[in-house]
Amino acid sequence: MSVISFSHVWKEYGDQIVLEDISLDIEDRAFVALVGPSGCGKTTFLRMLLGQDVATRGAILLDGLPLHGEPDADRGVVFQRYSVFPHLTVLGNVMLARELELSPFLGRLMGAAKKDAEADSLKLLDAVGLSGAQALYPASLSGGMQQRLALAQAIMRKPKVLLLDEPFGALDPGIKADIHTLMRKLWHESNLTVVMVTHDLSEAFRLATRVVALERRRDRPEERERYGATIAKDIQIWPRRIAGTPQPRSSSRDDLAKSGAIPGRPGLAMSEQIT
Amino acid sequence: MRIINIKPDRSAHLLLAALPFVLVALTYVIASALRLSENPADKLLPAFSTMIDSIRHMAFEEDTRTGSYLLWSDTFASASRLFWALCISTSVALIVGVLMGLLPLMGAFVGPFIAVASMVPPLALLPILFIVMGLGEASKIALIVIGTLPFLIRDLALRVAELPREQLIKAQTLGASTWQITLRIVVPQMLPRLIDGVRFSLGPAWLFLIAAEAIASDSGLGYRIFLMRRYLAMDVIIPYVAWITLLAYFSDTLLVWIQKRAFPWFSDARAT
Repeated sequence: MSVISFSHVWKEYGDQIVLEDISLDIEDRAFVALVGPSGCGKTTFLRMLLGQDVATRGAILLDGLPLHGEPDADRGVVFQRYSVFPHLTVLGNVMLARELELSPFLGRLMGAAKKDAEADSLKLLDAVGLSGAQALYPASLSGGMQQRLALAQAIMRKPKVLLLDEPFGALDPGIKADIHTLMRKLWHESNLTVVMVTHDLSEAFRLATRVVALERRRDRPEERERYGATIAKDIQIWPRRIAGTPQPRSSSRDDLAKSGAIPGRPGLAMSEQIT
Repeated sequence: MRIINIKPDRSAHLLLAALPFVLVALTYVIASALRLSENPADKLLPAFSTMIDSIRHMAFEEDTRTGSYLLWSDTFASASRLFWALCISTSVALIVGVLMGLLPLMGAFVGPFIAVASMVPPLALLPILFIVMGLGEASKIALIVIGTLPFLIRDLALRVAELPREQLIKAQTLGASTWQITLRIVVPQMLPRLIDGVRFSLGPAWLFLIAAEAIASDSGLGYRIFLMRRYLAMDVIIPYVAWITLLAYFSDTLLVWIQKRAFPWFSDARAT
């Protein structure tokens, strides 16, 4: 069944049409990569899904119900930058999700509930390869580690949908490969549907179950007032990747992910030193 | 070598930093000696020894009329006015600034009003304050609050608006309510920035304090300076001015220290 469904969605800013008549069904546990040239509306697409922007026409359904008009805990997000809170430690950033959930007035936990949240957060930090860094502030983490933290923080709240806005765009190739492994592992192990915006085609094909390309077919300035971007390609990746069943033969890195050997492995410590 | 590439080492740094102080002191000593050699009774540029005598008199000898040690009672009177005024300014600015920066509704509601109100010259209000609140402590504290508050509010509202949108979106996707976002995301990040604002407000705060004390008071550092002016007592006025400068400088240093200790994440986060 589909979790997210766009039917005839248009988005206009002033007299510019950004997205034109987008219809798309995303099935449960899919990993959709959204690609396209700059300015084709892929970030707008994600912002609407996030609730940061509202469609001009058409409907977006989440689990069959219209999306809330503002961001909420159903949809987690990782941006390229500024995804973590600079005033909280690594542990504090991950715990925050639980604290906000359980303590509506103070936003802080005490006693046993706090101990629980700490233990769960440490487990999650271990799973994303940040064990030992829990007392640091984000500013002293490398870019790759900050994005690992952002992923852990988003997943802590157990969203139905995880939205990624060019999350690995600013990372070095080696670190990118490591974090791709982590991303695949998280997708397999958590109950997540992922929508990722990226401008990196190889990243899209390496991670996703489905690659959707947006494109403006008519892009002269005067045409932008009549035509927006549409779905130019919608590619199912073959052999099919199925959530929860990592394919050991597709890549040697998947083996590591499956055996849970990611946390604390030496390769990571070498490539991502704490600055 | 280009001069932009010449950097002082540690000792050169200290030497350069000390130089202006030494130069000013030296100039004063020479000018004072010249004037005193012409007229030993000259009051305009008293010798250091005279000033030290006067400080000893003000700080360590009981005043015959009031029975108090004047330098300390003046310092206490001024410092407590300043302290209470800045406490009020800071807490009001924190509440109003955060609300204004975070809630578009509040921004629309109080923003234009504060933009206009901040243009009222506070000293022009002083007579009104004296008439309405009397000549006691309240009117002096009120003047400092009125003088510093608009800047603090507007500065803080801008800092809130500068927080990356991503942070607020992220907090919402973690299920945070507006209240939780205020309490856990915005206020903790605004406190160190508020300290910066208070540091910049120290100068104006002293200005308004001394203005209020000069006009109507019976104690305080500003009161003493203006009282001594009648007797041309430069040997008291100059040390008092230096003492005020020192107090202001140390309160600034103290604020920096608090900021570093209480918000260890801030200097790194600001750099990125």
